[in-house]
Amino acid sequence: MNSQKRICMDYSSGKPVDPQVIDEMLEYMNSSFGNPSSLHSLGQEAKNALERSREEVAKLVNAEETETIIFTSGATESNNIAIKGVANRNRNRGTKILTSSIEHMSVVNTCKFLMRKGFQVVFLPVDKFGLLDLEKLEAELDDNTTLVSIVYANGEIGTIQPIKEIGKIVHKKKAYLHVDATAACGQLPIDVQDDNIDLLTLSSNDMYGPKGVGALYVKKGTTVGSTIQGGGQERGLRSGTENIPGIVGFAKAVEIAANEMAYQSVRISKLRDDLIRGLIDPIPDAYLNGHPTRRLPDNVSMRYSFIEGESILLSLDIMGVFASSGSACAAKTLQPSHVLLALGLQPEEAHGSLMLTLGKDNTQEDVEKIKSVMPDIIKRLRKMSPLTPKELKY
Amino acid sequence: MYTSEVMEHFKNPRNMGEIPGADGIGTVGNPTCGDLMTMYIKVKENRIDDIKFKTYGCGAAIATSSMTTVLAKGKTLEEAMAITRASVADSLGGLPKVKMHCSNLAADALHAAISDYRKKAESKKEV
Repeated sequence: MNSQKRICMDYSSGKPVDPQVIDEMLEYMNSSFGNPSSLHSLGQEAKNALERSREEVAKLVNAEETETIIFTSGATESNNIAIKGVANRNRNRGTKILTSSIEHMSVVNTCKFLMRKGFQVVFLPVDKFGLLDLEKLEAELDDNTTLVSIVYANGEIGTIQPIKEIGKIVHKKKAYLHVDATAACGQLPIDVQDDNIDLLTLSSNDMYGPKGVGALYVKKGTTVGSTIQGGGQERGLRSGTENIPGIVGFAKAVEIAANEMAYQSVRISKLRDDLIRGLIDPIPDAYLNGHPTRRLPDNVSMRYSFIEGESILLSLDIMGVFASSGSACAAKTLQPSHVLLALGLQPEEAHGSLMLTLGKDNTQEDVEKIKSVMPDIIKRLRKMSPLTPKELKY
Repeated sequence: MYTSEVMEHFKNPRNMGEIPGADGIGTVGNPTCGDLMTMYIKVKENRIDDIKFKTYGCGAAIATSSMTTVLAKGKTLEEAMAITRASVADSLGGLPKVKMHCSNLAADALHAAISDYRKKAESKKEV
């Protein structure tokens, strides 16, 4: 078993750190270990690295000024700062927040927290492909709305939202648009100015940088309050000594992503489409979740009737293939994924889901391997299932 | 997450399938919750002569089904009724806490199959 090649197709859960990134980081753990707030040369070395990193991230998303980028401990913290920061700071102007029904838990639970604090939150519906209902957005958007928070592309189903259009609608009122680009960053070109974005969440590990680092773009003039109090670093929005090695690594990952994005997106999209066909065509009752074309390059989100996702995941694991599932049994909460349910799927359909997310290291050979083992895995589990219809010739 | 015993039974489930003309059939669970299992038993002289299962569910659901059939085969109906969720989990070297209730239903399915057999036997007597 140990001799077989291990194939990771769960890169949205975690990515390896690029060796060039690690190289960059080492210096800031060894010789240049200063605190950017210190006035001496050692501190200023760190300060310079911090500001160079900020520039790199600003460039990636075409931010109007370098200072619009603040570094955080990751996407969850960025989402928390954006949502709580805007909601609380603008409370005298309005108490309504709009978001979608397919957001990451760091958005969902932050919004629910605010509901308990007296805010009104509307979770806007999506269609069966996961696209936001723009008419509903326009209908719910009113003078009491201060913030609209929408995911750029959902990492579980891959659907890419029409962010530019959403931004146009949001800005008809005095509301801010926050966009969670955790899954999209490094895969899709993002332009905060052209896309009408006021706040943008970015994640380092999703771009092959270290874990525990992220960023939040806050457009100049946006009123945001701080959520943690301290020494006032990062424009007062994220107090605490900056994680310089992490930030430097993040910036290097951003630089590499910017250079490779065009090439890798095309290459990985081709693998994705080949894999999707290979996981649907030879297997009856197999379906794709999400949008067929408006889709993240790395995302393959399947569902198979009559069987349960965790058992597919385990079967793949035995074959040395790493995947994930939106089934209740694969979740801590024992609830099927809210994202899959929001598409209108029944719980028993959501239980049969299997997510494969591709990365830079994946090859055509990996795709062929998964295509070759999947029909037998599905067949074996269906043979065990009392749900398999007798007439299924398979 | 799972013990090697759980993975072994998941990989090589014992007594998987159906028994045509079974003496007792028990189904528990619900596809909406993600777990559904059916136990089929053949009874001879108050003993479980043959037992098979079909299960829709996670790795724990499949492994507990398999283990339950192993524990029950050849036992008297009274002995089989004494098999519990806890004894099934113990025989597998334990289950993750979160799986103890939702996916560990096979003992209940076995008990349901025995009840079904007894009910059928009772109604035969009456006729």
